[in-house]
Amino acid sequence: MAIYIDNSTRLLVQGLTGAQGRFHGFRNRDYGTNLVAGVTPGKGGTDLDGVPIFDSVAEAVDATGANTSMVLVPPAFAPDGILEAAACVGIDLIVAITEGIPAQDEARVFNYLRQTSDTVLIGPNCPGLISPGKANVGITPHEITLPGNVGVVSRSGTLTYQAIHELTIRGIGQSTCIGIGGDPVPGTSFIDVLERFEADAETVAVVMIGEIGGSAEEQAAAFIADHVTKPVVGYIAGFTAPPGRKMGHAGAIISGSSGTAAAKQAALEAAGVRVVDDPTLIGEAVEALL
Amino acid sequence: MDLFEFQGKSLLSRTGVAVPEGRVARTPAEARAAAVELGGRVVVKAQVQVGGRGKAGGIKLAEGPEEAEEGAAEILGMDIKGHTVRVLWVEKASDIAAEYYVSFTLDRAARKHLVMLSAMGGMDIEAVAAQSPEKVVRMHVDPVLGLTNWQASELVYRADLDRTTARKSAAALRSIYQAFVTLDCDLVEVNPLILTKAGEVIALDAKVTLDSNAFFRHPDFEAFRDDFTPDPIEEMARQRDLNFIKLDGSVGIIGNGAGLVMSTLDVVSLVGGKASNFLDVGGGADAETITNALDVLTNDPTVRSVLINIFGGITRCDLVAQGIVTALGDLDLPWPLVVRLDGTNAREGREILGTVVSDRVVAAATMREAAEQAVALAGGH
Repeated sequence: MAIYIDNSTRLLVQGLTGAQGRFHGFRNRDYGTNLVAGVTPGKGGTDLDGVPIFDSVAEAVDATGANTSMVLVPPAFAPDGILEAAACVGIDLIVAITEGIPAQDEARVFNYLRQTSDTVLIGPNCPGLISPGKANVGITPHEITLPGNVGVVSRSGTLTYQAIHELTIRGIGQSTCIGIGGDPVPGTSFIDVLERFEADAETVAVVMIGEIGGSAEEQAAAFIADHVTKPVVGYIAGFTAPPGRKMGHAGAIISGSSGTAAAKQAALEAAGVRVVDDPTLIGEAVEALL
Repeated sequence: MDLFEFQGKSLLSRTGVAVPEGRVARTPAEARAAAVELGGRVVVKAQVQVGGRGKAGGIKLAEGPEEAEEGAAEILGMDIKGHTVRVLWVEKASDIAAEYYVSFTLDRAARKHLVMLSAMGGMDIEAVAAQSPEKVVRMHVDPVLGLTNWQASELVYRADLDRTTARKSAAALRSIYQAFVTLDCDLVEVNPLILTKAGEVIALDAKVTLDSNAFFRHPDFEAFRDDFTPDPIEEMARQRDLNFIKLDGSVGIIGNGAGLVMSTLDVVSLVGGKASNFLDVGGGADAETITNALDVLTNDPTVRSVLINIFGGITRCDLVAQGIVTALGDLDLPWPLVVRLDGTNAREGREILGTVVSDRVVAAATMREAAEQAVALAGGH
């Protein structure tokens, strides 16, 4: 099983001909992901290292049967790219890697998608996701992953990698690892992913990594208490971050007393999550629970 | 980016929100001249990128030019929550019949816009919200549809604003919302939004936070920075597209990704040290980015050692290592470096780094070990 992506994923990349698109799109293919098309307006009819390029997502889907789109176009164009992919019958999953999309655009795109389609959006401003041994859609370094049964979900890209690394060096494999992104309006929430991990027969435990700001971790804690039977290990970044300052992610800001790392840790612990205070302890904590 | 009140008001007036006439002043003499031009009673207001200036004494009513000059002299140089007052806004005094509170922001939990409106505006809105939450009306707005006419009216009725001027209040809400959306604001807070004795609805204050991700479609917004006096190191970092925040410890931190850098600060603290900064090179950092980041830290005299913590995804460790090697050659780095590389092209990165490893350039295998070494090299604090 695994969630969202596996051997049946047929990937198209919006922006495959750009520097980042080419580097990561072909890394995904080299890992074994079925990369079937690239989309770059104006370059339709060409070919990049054996992958056909199309002018539009619709043409790419018609010709190749792509079911997943990875968006790697600049922030000024990414909202339109996401809407274009969502408008195509056949695209079930959109993974938006692009960083720096205006929050107002994210809010409009998210709500429009929720109202008009069943397409799942992961991101934006995220590393994407990998189902080790099956498919990688995004920028996660596959070298650090290992096929197995632990699900990983995180708001932070590099902390996702850190968690995967800690699991792998202990021989603990992963079912699917997902970075949901640090922006104010993530297409997919912790709860969406936890629900899928709970339902996934292959996943036996979950690692959840949060950070200061917002209330997504508190909401996830409430969901875990009511709906998740599998063991969860948690980590929250930002205990020593000063309040009121934006720390890179639009999401990572504490305002007032809400959204602090301590409040999030307490909420997760109350829901039965084993929370560690150092990301390098994630592996040990999972090992102890399995 | 947090704006000064007068900057925020200039944006609100673009979408038709009524604001009092005023002038910027940087000296008591300029405040006096502004009062002469405006005529009558004026209000002299400290311009700071932080709330609570009223309580701190940063707002003074003046009957005329004399008092405006005196008030300006008192306010200029004042410290308000760590912000020194260097700019004033002098505006015509208003005849206030009622003070409302309104704010528009994005509710991350609901993933919709959130309006908060109260008939009990003024300085103590936090106290109102805490003691009588029912006096602060909250409503979500669908970002696809925007704030509709009926919602604006409904808000006015539910918050119990003056009924005889309800249409004007509703129109003001829609104009403020228009500014919030079309000018790409993270927050617009008007406290107070006043009803004048003549029955007009006017924004008497404005707290506006702009979304810097949207500056590509508002190129004129960069000019707002000209009025700020940023920390010189933060400004140097910003010009090089580095996300830098000064902290009060001695271990310089460079990492990729906000989460990992925040986590690095936490781990440094766990092993007994204290970070001197937060520096996120972002995704896709190349050799030049790393050299730039090290160069920025050379300007901070409080740094005793530097910890570079990279977990490569879109960032490639080989390019990071090249950047470190270049910096060692081109810059005179005054402190030892501890480097931890993992992820994309980590092996290539470690090989490149291996050519320059010394007692001043330490390669660490794990994040914890890197933090311990960096703290030890900083002298244990």
